[in-house]
Amino acid sequence: MKKWLAVLLLAPGLAFAAGSNHPLDDVDIDLTDKASLQNGAKIFMNYCLGCHQMQYQRYQRTFTDLDIPEDLGVQYLQFTGEKVSDYITTPMPAEDAAGWFGAPPPDLTLVARVRGPEWLYTYLRTFYADDSKTFGVNNLVFPNVGMPHVLESLQGTPRKVYREKMVDGQMQATEVFDLEVTGGSMSPEEYDATIRDLVNFLEYTGEPTRLKSEAIGRGVLIFLVIFFVFAYLLKKEYWRDIK
Amino acid sequence: MNAILNWVEQRIPMMRVANQHAIQYPAPRNMNVWYVFGFMATIVLVNQIVTGIWLTMNFEPSAERAFASVEYIMREVDYGWLIRYMHSTGASAFFVVVYLHMFRGMMYGSYQKPRELLWVFGMLIYLALMAEAFMGYVLPWGQMSYWGAQVIVSLFSAIPIIGPDLVEWIQGDYVISGATLNRFFALHVIALPLVIVILVFLHIVALHEVGSNNPDGVNIKHKKGSLSEDEKTKFKIHEYYTQKYDIADDVVPFFPHIVLKDLVAFAVFLFVFCYILFFAPEMDGKFLEHPNFEIANPLKTPEHIFPVWYFTPFYAILKAVPDKLGGVLTMFAAIGFLFALPWFDRSNVRSWRYRSGLHKVNLIVFAIVFIFLGYLGGTPQENWKITASQIGTVMYFGFFILLFIYSKNEKTKPVPTRIPR
Amino acid sequence: MSDVSVDANESAQQPADAPNSNRRKFLTVATSVVGAVGVAGAAVPFIASWQPSERAKAAGADVEVDISGVRDGQLIRVMWRSKPVWVVKRTPEILASLNVVEDKLKDPNSEAEQQPAYAQNQHRSIKEEYLVLVGICTHLGCSPQHLAEGAFTEYEPGVNNGFFCPCHGSKFDMAGRVFQNVPAGLNMVVPPYYFIDDSTILIGSDGEVA
Repeated sequence: MKKWLAVLLLAPGLAFAAGSNHPLDDVDIDLTDKASLQNGAKIFMNYCLGCHQMQYQRYQRTFTDLDIPEDLGVQYLQFTGEKVSDYITTPMPAEDAAGWFGAPPPDLTLVARVRGPEWLYTYLRTFYADDSKTFGVNNLVFPNVGMPHVLESLQGTPRKVYREKMVDGQMQATEVFDLEVTGGSMSPEEYDATIRDLVNFLEYTGEPTRLKSEAIGRGVLIFLVIFFVFAYLLKKEYWRDIK
Repeated sequence: MNAILNWVEQRIPMMRVANQHAIQYPAPRNMNVWYVFGFMATIVLVNQIVTGIWLTMNFEPSAERAFASVEYIMREVDYGWLIRYMHSTGASAFFVVVYLHMFRGMMYGSYQKPRELLWVFGMLIYLALMAEAFMGYVLPWGQMSYWGAQVIVSLFSAIPIIGPDLVEWIQGDYVISGATLNRFFALHVIALPLVIVILVFLHIVALHEVGSNNPDGVNIKHKKGSLSEDEKTKFKIHEYYTQKYDIADDVVPFFPHIVLKDLVAFAVFLFVFCYILFFAPEMDGKFLEHPNFEIANPLKTPEHIFPVWYFTPFYAILKAVPDKLGGVLTMFAAIGFLFALPWFDRSNVRSWRYRSGLHKVNLIVFAIVFIFLGYLGGTPQENWKITASQIGTVMYFGFFILLFIYSKNEKTKPVPTRIPR
Repeated sequence: MSDVSVDANESAQQPADAPNSNRRKFLTVATSVVGAVGVAGAAVPFIASWQPSERAKAAGADVEVDISGVRDGQLIRVMWRSKPVWVVKRTPEILASLNVVEDKLKDPNSEAEQQPAYAQNQHRSIKEEYLVLVGICTHLGCSPQHLAEGAFTEYEPGVNNGFFCPCHGSKFDMAGRVFQNVPAGLNMVVPPYYFIDDSTILIGSDGEVA
């Protein structure tokens, strides 16, 4: 119990997953951009689903919402032989995963609502080579992350850049938060666009009803304005004589 | 038709109640916009009950299924997302209107004699509401649900001797667990709503017994025989009131005049409510906190823990005291002092319109301090904030102490006997 | 959340000298109507949320059945929309018995719409030998027993095969047609289905549509 009181009294600064102060990059989220969402889904199914699942989201729903014809979706985006009405799950057993990665890879259905799109966008672009880590990589926004750089074949291998800088009157190699990328099948611009699509897709799965909500919301707000006008005039009418 | 109505009326007095409490109920005609929040709170209560009933139709109160069943509601039940957002947004809306309703009472002295019990019943509602909201927040079984519950339940461990055993008893386990979730569910959906509805009923009974206050704090009921016919209201007022009092020409009937006023305010309120509901239900992490979209994990505490915004002023007070038991006691004292407000204020003048400049400053400073404490309790800890919370806590209690001191011989303006035109 | 409509009719209070204008009446009616529309609109999500959810629909999706392993006279059960669906491979002897029982049936020609049009025939199926049937009694929803190879004669002398409902004793022949003098009134339901190929049936959709 003492421990929780410590959490309570001393500080929410008692942090287990220590954050980093790396600035987050803005990302252009557009849930109406179906091409982007489709590409994001493709990247997810190809690179993420091996370890991370989306256990609250169905293939069928995803295909419908993203304007992907069901037969094409089943053919090109479903690799696990499940039915189209099934949830997007991974066949990897959770216990094995916990053994391999230290903890089971988190479910990604809602990750955009937990982390925010800017965090995801920056995180997926700031892996860098670090031989001291199990997977040979580290991350600028998620230090000591227990995840390999799955998209290395696309991005290439980023390395931290060190520059000579005057510190206390001496030249020292100082870490600069800037990454130099070598290799990779994509140009930096292509890679950024790909990650943007992936994050866009994750934003969609976090709340698949967002567009519908806003569409209904506009109608409701217009209705309320009309209702307000009538209610206001009626109130005026009854209060006219009371001075 | 009339025969049927009469037959019913003789057996259950529907029309008499409608007349006595609405159509012929005398309400001060100078009630301003601050007087709509009671009605709003009722509307939000109905919203919470109806959406709550619908949520229980698909929610599964177990540690294994709670989180998944909420996502099931959000994704797979037709309009489940809407009903869930109505409930989650409604919870915050409840506290918004309740805080405004309470501040109204403070501005216009609505807690003063003879409305002390009205205020106390209101405070009981507020207390029950906090318990209700806290337990409701545990149900989705996200990270904040779990760790928030952990922290709040651990407050009881501060109680000497029985504390640790009490915490286990509340949890029904050695930690917050499925057993805790289940009992909180039962309390959240049945016990506390019942308590709240009964308290609201009593709050309204007490209100209609003593009558509504108004921004001038002027009595609308005068001693029988003290008003001339010209000074009496032209509206038909129920004999329940006119038998005992002369009702001045300062009133309007609750229905339709006040109801129409409430209706207009309701439309505005609903506009804001629906805007948040449809376009920003998370309210930037204030109404639905980001870590709560991650399933509860007893092995990993979120980076920052704080309660939902409506608890944060008291959370800041709790953290301001560098002692476990002291902090808990101070926090409960903060709520206790609010309960006792009618007895801290010893002035005979109700509305701040006729009270001293000191009182106005004191009240405004109190409101600012309360909001500032809310900010301190709801943002990540920094060193300066500890000192700031301590100053804020002192100022919070200072409001009541000062009020008690100056209200005895306060220099007030003369209060008119009739509502000024 | 619901909009509140106000019915401020004649009985509503007004000062003695207040004009009861047409404007007041109009606004009262207009506000009430708009308010009623709002209440109706607010009710929509609550009513709609009782529809089968996506999960229920997924569970109720079409089912493919492999019938290559079904032996003569055998009955296999599959789940479709959480209901038992039977597939029976009928022998020529069983098919012949369908003629014999006809005068003991309530609806021998399947005139009641308990089957798709393509199964409104004596054998109530697309292919004569394969019977596809929702295995639920049309009386009160129990699942009847399949009594084969003479076991049915106990209940219907001279008929070797049939379905018998243990709940209230309703009897059906090997095309799911109900016998006379039993509580059930209608023949058993034939679900929509079609043959994808000779050894696979898809239950849940009509062939033309799919």
